[in-house]
Amino acid sequence: MQTIVSQTSPPKKSVLYDPKVRGAFYQVLLVLTVGYLFYMAASNAVENLQRAKIASGFGFLNNTAGFDVSQTLITFSAAGSTYGDAFIVGLLNTLVVSAIGIVLATILGFTVGIARLSKNWMVAKVSMVYVEVLRNIPLLLQLLFWYIAVLGPLPQPRDSIGFGAGVFLNSRGLFMPRPLYASDAWVIGTALILGIVGTIVFRRWARKQQEQTGQQYPVGIITLALVVGLPFVSWLVLALVGTNPISFDMPQKGTFNLRGGMQILPEFVALLVGLVTYTAAFIAEVVRAGILAVSKGQTEAAGSLGLRPGQTLRLVVVPQAMRVIIPPLTSQYLNLTKNSSLAVAIGYPDLVQVFMGTVLNQTGQAIEVVVITMGVYLTISLVTSFVMNIYNRRVAIVER
Amino acid sequence: MKKAIVSIAFGLTASLLATGASAQATLNSVKQKGYLTCGSNTGLAGFGVPDAQGTWTGLDVEYCRAISAAIFDDPTKVRFIPLAAKDRFTALQSGEVDVLVRNSTATMSRDTQLGLDFPAINYFDGQGFMVRKKLGVSSAKELNGASICTQQGTTTELNLADYFRANNMKYEVVAFATSDETFKAYDSGRCDAFTTDASGLYSERLRASAPDDHIVLPEIISKEPLGPATRHGDDQWTDIVRWTHNAMLNAEELGVAKANVDQMKTSDNPEIKRLLGSEGKYGEAIGLTNDWAYRIIKHVGNYGESFERNVGEGSKLKIKRGQNALWTKNGLQYGIPIR
Repeated sequence: MQTIVSQTSPPKKSVLYDPKVRGAFYQVLLVLTVGYLFYMAASNAVENLQRAKIASGFGFLNNTAGFDVSQTLITFSAAGSTYGDAFIVGLLNTLVVSAIGIVLATILGFTVGIARLSKNWMVAKVSMVYVEVLRNIPLLLQLLFWYIAVLGPLPQPRDSIGFGAGVFLNSRGLFMPRPLYASDAWVIGTALILGIVGTIVFRRWARKQQEQTGQQYPVGIITLALVVGLPFVSWLVLALVGTNPISFDMPQKGTFNLRGGMQILPEFVALLVGLVTYTAAFIAEVVRAGILAVSKGQTEAAGSLGLRPGQTLRLVVVPQAMRVIIPPLTSQYLNLTKNSSLAVAIGYPDLVQVFMGTVLNQTGQAIEVVVITMGVYLTISLVTSFVMNIYNRRVAIVER
Repeated sequence: MKKAIVSIAFGLTASLLATGASAQATLNSVKQKGYLTCGSNTGLAGFGVPDAQGTWTGLDVEYCRAISAAIFDDPTKVRFIPLAAKDRFTALQSGEVDVLVRNSTATMSRDTQLGLDFPAINYFDGQGFMVRKKLGVSSAKELNGASICTQQGTTTELNLADYFRANNMKYEVVAFATSDETFKAYDSGRCDAFTTDASGLYSERLRASAPDDHIVLPEIISKEPLGPATRHGDDQWTDIVRWTHNAMLNAEELGVAKANVDQMKTSDNPEIKRLLGSEGKYGEAIGLTNDWAYRIIKHVGNYGESFERNVGEGSKLKIKRGQNALWTKNGLQYGIPIR
């Protein structure tokens, strides 16, 4: 009897054996240990830097840089620009190549992924070979291949390949006429913006009409008319009035290089092509997996409703496949952005090349520079994930 | 690239973890390890390059061998760590190498902000340009509008910007991380001109697909005093590096060479006696034995011998002594007296 009583009313246990208290204790212990390690590492680094009399702090960002960079999206000169400006130059170059790379890799990846499922034997096999070859060769080798083997042997500037209309190709890059805008060019810019806004409004209206009445409108032609036609007409009117709103600065042959015009560096092209073709191979596999995840019944149902294969793909299969595609697609976007740091091997002035290369070496402030660079890649990646997660939530299945 | 990342990672961890690294510890740690780690070029003929057998050779390499000889009486106790220009100072700061002898220019900011010392100048150099002969250019002043390949993280990169700004000329810079990539890009036609220290131009030209198609322009646009670098704060170690060079210079001036050093030991000349350690205790003052300089000359030779063998008439480079002749022969190399 005694034993039964003691079981029904448990004896007072020590706090030591309370699982909640224990759990909390270990967690606090872990946080303190990790915190202490970080504190030790930081204070140790500061102490060592001071003892070695190595400059530290972020003041160097305001010092004059004194070197030049080949591709700058902001004004940058050795004379007046600071290391902070060099950081922005590198960051913008990274963002430009990543943004263009993501768009092109998505287009190419979707095309190849869908092509690999084609009923046409030839198309399917070509896509398969593309994917298997491209994704199995290290990206660094591919970049060197594009830079040294493909773009390297292009002719010297004096023997440039001319494509007419002021477009030239040589070992220094692709040269194109640069548009110069006169004071009244704003009219054309406004026309373009109006055209784009008009297109969006019209497309929404047309979709609503179609959903309600089934009536279809020639969306394609009207888009073309608004986006291309409107600016063209405004240019024509201005030109007829007599003012010339846009003129072109044509590349001219100089002593060494072509002068004037717009220049796209071979380093940029090699990096972009390398990143796009490599990442597209992975995206293609993601897309293929996504499409295969849509049950065959959906395609058959669409067919029995009378949709053509193209419409089936566009309206039925891809929207459902997107749910499967987006999470791994986000990873590929992040990979592309981070892989752009391989630019350092082919001399494209991206963040790593300019900031972790030249700036780090000229200032000697390795810790600060590496911390900033890691912070930037982390931020870019988190922002990309955040945006893609929002999109993912929109296309996810809504449970009712 | 991987090397760069690894060395930076090493640098960071080393600076985070090396708590008790005492300032005077380099000589002790070298003795304890039994060898010296020497930061060297990734491959610059005449200065630091591994030969077909994998043995490192060159003027800078022999500097490290001389230090090794002074400490261990053996010139082979050196491990060479090839470093790209942009990684070299981080590697030295973090303790990955004991001394950096990698044709590095001594400048004020490197001396003060990077926490380094430049105890000696083993090669007086200046920056120049190389172009293809068929361009028909005979002066650097004609390079307006040219594309120029250079190595990043160097004084070269900064001088280039200064020179074109001062002469009001435009140029397109194409910067690469390693000297290999830089020269390859120039050789493949990406750039009109290649710029680095004049000695480097002659050395790199040997690697061109057709060396005779290239000329070095006459202009020297900067002062590039090249020398070894050590970490700030270890004065004893810095002294050893400094006096190694001075011993080699004094030996040349006094006519003490690898071949005759044993006979010279019996010389009555007090300067030679102090150099070779039979008079005074100069070696002990820097933590070595008194025959430290004898060991250097016995194993490596004097400065003139090393110069001729690696970059002078005895080498493929055939560079004239010029500014690097002894002061007694109108050059700038001036050995500080041992006394």
